[in-house]
Amino acid sequence: MAQQVPLVDYLVLDEPPHLLAHECTQCRARYFDHRNACARCFGAEFRDVAVVGEGEVRSFTIVSFAAPGVAVPFVAAVVDCDGTSVKGNIINTPSDPDHVRLGMKVRLATYVVGTDSSGTEAVGFGFEPAQV
Amino acid sequence: MTDDVWILGITMTKFGKYPDRDIVDLAAEAARGAIADAGIGMSDIGVLAAGNYMGGDGLLGPGRLGQALQKQIGQTGVPVYNVMNACATGATALRTVLMAIKAGETDIGLAVGAEKLSGAGLLGSGGAGKADGAEFTPSGRVGQVAPLDGRIGTETMPGVFAQVGMEYTHRYGKGGFELFARISEKNHAHSTLNPLAAYTKRLTLDQIMNDVMVAYPNTRPMCSANCDGASAAVLVSGERLKRMDPDQRRRAVKISASVLTSDPWTEACQVLPDINTLTRNAAEQAYTAAGVAPEDLDLVELHDCFATAELVHYDNLMLCEPGGAVDLFESGATWRDGRLPVNVSGGLQSKGHPIAATGIANVWEVCHHLRGEAGDRQIDGARVGLAHVIGLGSACGVHILERAA
Ligand SMILES: [Zn+2]
Repeated sequence: MAQQVPLVDYLVLDEPPHLLAHECTQCRARYFDHRNACARCFGAEFRDVAVVGEGEVRSFTIVSFAAPGVAVPFVAAVVDCDGTSVKGNIINTPSDPDHVRLGMKVRLATYVVGTDSSGTEAVGFGFEPAQV
Repeated sequence: MTDDVWILGITMTKFGKYPDRDIVDLAAEAARGAIADAGIGMSDIGVLAAGNYMGGDGLLGPGRLGQALQKQIGQTGVPVYNVMNACATGATALRTVLMAIKAGETDIGLAVGAEKLSGAGLLGSGGAGKADGAEFTPSGRVGQVAPLDGRIGTETMPGVFAQVGMEYTHRYGKGGFELFARISEKNHAHSTLNPLAAYTKRLTLDQIMNDVMVAYPNTRPMCSANCDGASAAVLVSGERLKRMDPDQRRRAVKISASVLTSDPWTEACQVLPDINTLTRNAAEQAYTAAGVAPEDLDLVELHDCFATAELVHYDNLMLCEPGGAVDLFESGATWRDGRLPVNVSGGLQSKGHPIAATGIANVWEVCHHLRGEAGDRQIDGARVGLAHVIGLGSACGVHILERAA
């Protein structure tokens, strides 16, 4: 099996794959990117916490026009994962309003984004409809 | 009254395509127009704030309009502030001049915003970036090994603002594609009365809903139009205005509130910009400063960069009860013959959105009605109006304007 790296450093390719947030130790605000200090309380200490991999679609758009090189259409969404808002695409379902709905239950899923010159695969994430 | 700052002269160019004129040409037309409208001369201007976001022909780069403009209309040596604040650039230029006057540095100042955007395409989209080939190397604040636009959400403006509107729809369980399209139908209908709008064609609901989908639920006519244009305003202190001619005093418009806010932290703002909280904060501050309540407003020009944005700003600007934006629109209140007309200019969807010109153009529209000079689209008896802009990132400008007594 090819060596794999995550598309972003907050995606952990364990079994099961999950997202990791940097949580402010003072106010518990969560960030996926590296922060110099907390934008909410200005504290500068963070700990890594796993984000729940199931959630609910709080908002979405179906993008039909994007920059050259970006495959369309795709569904961009905000998913509420037990109180932590996550940005991600809705995948493994058709990109149309009949298949993607506000409030729909979804779960984290990964897929191979591409392969580099040394054969390493980059693995990205999205959210797929949860079978209920 | 003497502590107040007033708009003495204000103008906008027609928004549209100007292939044969550069940004400085457009800025010069607006600036000289505002100075003439104010009944003063270039030598009276004590400060200049010039807004431009994208740069382009006639400029050495983005945010360098001020001195280039002086070369064309008058190098008087006064302080120049080149300002950039995303789509709030024009409102920021206006407020910069207002602050200089309030600080007592000068009595009269000029704010200008100019932009050339025709054919600019999708804004906010960073592009796909480097292709596959080299080895994956993490970079940036999320250690990404490849471009994220389209892989983890969207960076395009139509997509971001689509999600803003859909979030509101989800939170209150009302609205959706057709409602957003009907908001666009209203603004395109309003535009038919505005000779300075880039597009003045009335569109049916079917035409809007069946046009090219850009980012569901925003079709092409539901997106602000990229175009060229400029706007400018001359501001004066109340003290100085008192000594001016009766006609200047009669046409002057009081700036009852000028507020600029940025986005405070909210839970989800790291994944979807929160354009709501800073707008609500700006509105609250503006109503307090002006001693005006939302129900006192005779017209509102708000930042309908997308049809989905107009809906949430009804709520953010407190034109309705929290959660009541859909009901407000359904009541017909925001049509030009309704209780609280919104975007009688046609809004950004039809008037156009040359970024740095937009903030002052919204103020111009309101002033035009307060002065009773809006012709066919005049809102009769307008005394108080509100102009709102938002720049993603985010910056929000709110101005409340009142007719001279
Ligand atoms: Zn904190």
